Amino acid sequence: MKRRLVGLAVIFMLMGGSHVYAMAVDAVTLQDPALEARARTIMQGLRCLVCQNQSIEISDAELAGDLRRIVRERVAAGDTDDQVRAHLVARYGDWVLMRPPFKLSTLALWAGPPALLALGGLGLWVGQRRRVRAAPPPLTEAEKAQLQEINTRN
Amino acid sequence: MRWQSFLPLIVVSFLAAVLFVGLELDPKIVPSALIDKPVPQFDLPPLPGKEPGLIAADLARGGISLVNVWASWCGPCRIEHPQLMEIAKIEGVRMIGLNYKDDPAKALAFLQQLGDPYESVGADRTGRVAIEWGVYGVPETFLIDGHGRIVLKHVGPLRPEDIPEKILPAIQAASQ
Repeated sequence: MKRRLVGLAVIFMLMGGSHVYAMAVDAVTLQDPALEARARTIMQGLRCLVCQNQSIEISDAELAGDLRRIVRERVAAGDTDDQVRAHLVARYGDWVLMRPPFKLSTLALWAGPPALLALGGLGLWVGQRRRVRAAPPPLTEAEKAQLQEINTRN
Repeated sequence: MRWQSFLPLIVVSFLAAVLFVGLELDPKIVPSALIDKPVPQFDLPPLPGKEPGLIAADLARGGISLVNVWASWCGPCRIEHPQLMEIAKIEGVRMIGLNYKDDPAKALAFLQQLGDPYESVGADRTGRVAIEWGVYGVPETFLIDGHGRIVLKHVGPLRPEDIPEKILPAIQAASQ
């Protein structure tokens, strides 16, 4: 038990460590640390179009670097976070967002998994109920007597 | 047998069909956000000796244009080049080049070696204008109608069969 706890603790420590993720290094960043932090947060939410499952913040692709420059420019120019995102969505579509918005075209994406889960749960529940209903009927008097006889014989 | 017995089969068949269609889709292709939108504003210098450069207004002068994003360092651009030479022969279609992050001398050498299908070329040294077009790799090709609107985007090299299957029908549709 104790060993298992230690093992679990090690696993959690390793998982915690993975939160320190890679970051692409740019020669030019914003002077104001607050603005740079905002730009970084926006970059985390933007998908790199070249290495598709990375954000532009951590991608080393050349295009990701170009897009980071644009994000910093827009932030420095006084755009809100939403305005910066909209600027890129206008050029690359919703695809560029790590978290696609909920709308008709993304309905299957957002509602699909919960719907499947509900469907599976429903199936399980119906199956369970049927099994209960299909339980064998109680013993008749004759069967009870027979059982009694077998038990006393042994 | 009750129909419920077939339920798992139905569900699995449905899933299989969905996943099978998914196998055929290319996840690397990002749909363009600019379809049916006017071409973005830009002003690009020419490749030396191929004056003038290229501005957005060049694409809104009536007539159909094909804007091809290319670079001399791009291997697939060499593969699609014969197709561009072919399309350039079509009457009433202007072939325009957007030279992406290239060394002008190398770009010119490329055209000298393989032939020059372009009526004009804009040199996008920084790749900034390409971002305005939503470009995320080379080659990419856009079809622009007479009003300067983007009607089609092709990602990756044009294969010989893309001309009759994709480009010609789109040109026809855009001419109407």
